[in-house]
Amino acid sequence: MPAVEMRGVTKRFGPLTANDGVNFAVERGEIHALLGENGAGKSTLMKVLYGLYQPDDGEILVDGRAVGFRSPADAIASGIGFVSQHFALVPRFTVAENVMLGHEGGARLNPRQMRAQVMIAAESLNMAIDPNALAGKLSVGEQQRVEILKALKRNCRVLIMDEPTAVLAPQDVEALFAVLRDLQKQGMSVIIITHKLNEVFAVSQRVTVLRLGKVVGEIATEATSPSALAELMVGRQTLAVERNTDHQRQEPVKLEVRDLKLADKRGGLRLRGLSLEVHGGEIVGIAGVAGNGQSELVSVLTGTAVPDSGEVLAHGQPYPLGQPKALPNLKIARIPEDRLKAVISDMSVADNLVLESLDGFTRLGHLGRQQIREHAERMIKDFQIKASPGDLVRTLSGGNIQKIILARSLGQQPEVVIAAQPTRGLDIGATEYVHHKLLEQKERGAAILLISEDLEEILQLSDRILVIFEGRIAGEMSAANADVQRIGALMTGAGG
Amino acid sequence: MELSIESILVLFGATLRIATPILLGALGETVIERAGILNLGIEGTLLLSSFTGFVAAQVTGSLWIGLLAAMLTGVVLCLLMGLLSVTLGVNQHVSGLGITMLATALALFWFRLQYGGGTTPPALDESFQPLQAFTGTPLEPVFSQHWLVYVALLLVPVTAWMLNRTSFGLRLRSVGENPEAADTAGVSVYRVRYEALIVGGILMGLGGAFLSLAQLGAFSHGIINGRGWVAIAIVIFGNWRPGRVLAGALLFSFVQALQLRLQASGIALPYELLLALPYLLTIVAIALVGRNVSAPAALLKPYRREG
Repeated sequence: MPAVEMRGVTKRFGPLTANDGVNFAVERGEIHALLGENGAGKSTLMKVLYGLYQPDDGEILVDGRAVGFRSPADAIASGIGFVSQHFALVPRFTVAENVMLGHEGGARLNPRQMRAQVMIAAESLNMAIDPNALAGKLSVGEQQRVEILKALKRNCRVLIMDEPTAVLAPQDVEALFAVLRDLQKQGMSVIIITHKLNEVFAVSQRVTVLRLGKVVGEIATEATSPSALAELMVGRQTLAVERNTDHQRQEPVKLEVRDLKLADKRGGLRLRGLSLEVHGGEIVGIAGVAGNGQSELVSVLTGTAVPDSGEVLAHGQPYPLGQPKALPNLKIARIPEDRLKAVISDMSVADNLVLESLDGFTRLGHLGRQQIREHAERMIKDFQIKASPGDLVRTLSGGNIQKIILARSLGQQPEVVIAAQPTRGLDIGATEYVHHKLLEQKERGAAILLISEDLEEILQLSDRILVIFEGRIAGEMSAANADVQRIGALMTGAGG
Repeated sequence: MELSIESILVLFGATLRIATPILLGALGETVIERAGILNLGIEGTLLLSSFTGFVAAQVTGSLWIGLLAAMLTGVVLCLLMGLLSVTLGVNQHVSGLGITMLATALALFWFRLQYGGGTTPPALDESFQPLQAFTGTPLEPVFSQHWLVYVALLLVPVTAWMLNRTSFGLRLRSVGENPEAADTAGVSVYRVRYEALIVGGILMGLGGAFLSLAQLGAFSHGIINGRGWVAIAIVIFGNWRPGRVLAGALLFSFVQALQLRLQASGIALPYELLLALPYLLTIVAIALVGRNVSAPAALLKPYRREG
């Protein structure tokens, strides 16, 4: 008997059917991957299972008994736990308070006992965590562990993890998988929602694939292959990214960074004399472990931080440091790290598309509504944005929001492109699209600086790879000679 | 004004008396705001509960029934705030101000029905009398207070204990900081917010009743006179912590008591300036500490489950 079974579950949001007659079952002591592209309905299905959404049709069985969850409290009572992508922690509470919330064990709080219980639970999973630490001060990986502890505290027997690795640094991913395997050994069932094929093979025993709200396959992981799953998931053969590896560096340098230094508020140096150059028609990838100065470099190049010293030149001209408004005029395009901070969610697609070039759409302070709309329609077509000009950006998927940013920045025929984590959190289709667009800009002759935590992406796209470590470039190699071992050593400061 | 020990003790006594209704209101507001609701209905809630308390006491001849009626009024108005801002998700500024306007108009209307258009404020034959303590000693003016003054002071640690040391308090703070987290932890956000409103309503009712049933033993339209707004400022000054809220209430009331003393002593300053003094101080105090306070993260945000 499965630990949890969903039969014929349908969930509609207005005209959209997010789940269409989905059958899904998880056995006891199994790690089950729920695979699908963004928007395939994975999260919706799991939110139905967790009582956050009420299904329009279908039934849910826990240990063979039909249940009706009206709220997460009901699901928790049936032994179902959910670790969302957006952690549901109270930043100002301690780890112990977060874990015990809702299950305090009595009207009076007993802080000492709360701490002890959290310690015991953490030790059973080989986690090192301070129960007195404030949740808001923890790293992302630690916050995720607190979420797992919360579920355990509620006697969870089926743990749902919503894209657990999307927010993790590479070294934390293996630690997470170790925790999941420990949970499995304790007899727990784990559902891992993902769109990353390597994770399916790294940790799961079974996999259910969703496409457009429907189940398109349920297979034992060992009986399938990445390409078979990818095909099920996307519904077509994935396009191989074409790239020109024997790139000749003939074009002049278009972006030059010299000896950049930047201290943080506490005086710690985040950039320690970083230098690099990018030629036209070249993609230079910056690889590195998160927190080695990538964000600071991006902030300087996107105009939101002013370095303490050093020089930046764009086509030989001084870069307008600290003046983001001047960048588009100099044909410098930006794809910022956090796409939600690059758009105004409560404004329309059309308005967001002209945010950087408002002057061109304004006459005597009056917005040219007609022009803005036409521009939006053109961009929506050119960049395949699935939206209409009047839609609010907050209603769009991550991939479509990223396309708006691409349209806004790349639509202006840039000479220099600063692309920071351009595909973070995107599904395969959208990732391919972004890669394709970057390569298109390269062919046009733009100089592209790609900063990404996804090493595969760097290897796939870059002509040259720079490794950043502790605020400076620790090593450089051409893509042709790229050696993952050497990059890994440089990333961790081991490769002098 | 001579600065004798006696006069300072008298000043302290007045400070406690003046602080009590503000403190009760501010504690009620603290509880409600910690659950994520800014209740701008406080000014009207204080007024209407002080009025219903007064009417109930006069009609029934029982101060205790008056006290109950005032608390009930506080609860009803806060539940109305809950209906608007929690259940219906109306903007909290709008619903709070609406409740203050409604309660103010209701008090006025009911007053007319009950007492006509007369200008002399009606008074109770009998009101709560101050306790006698340290009679004949210089400490008498400090400690001979209404019992509600002591209740209000006692409620400071009680509220702090409730917020920080009970599971109800933990849940209450969680819905004010991150209602999504509370919801996924199986805490009913709406229910806890309503519970906070009920507790806050009782405290506000007590604050209103203190004025009409104890301190003044009478009712007039101007009886609250902005004390609700001051309470809101004091909650911010107090960084949403009962102990600091007490400090804020005492500070404001001390300056208020001082300016009253100064007026009575015939000091050569325009009395308008003296009247403004406590409020100026409030503005300065908020400006000074305002940068270092942190409001409950979910304050002002109606909670809706997505989907």
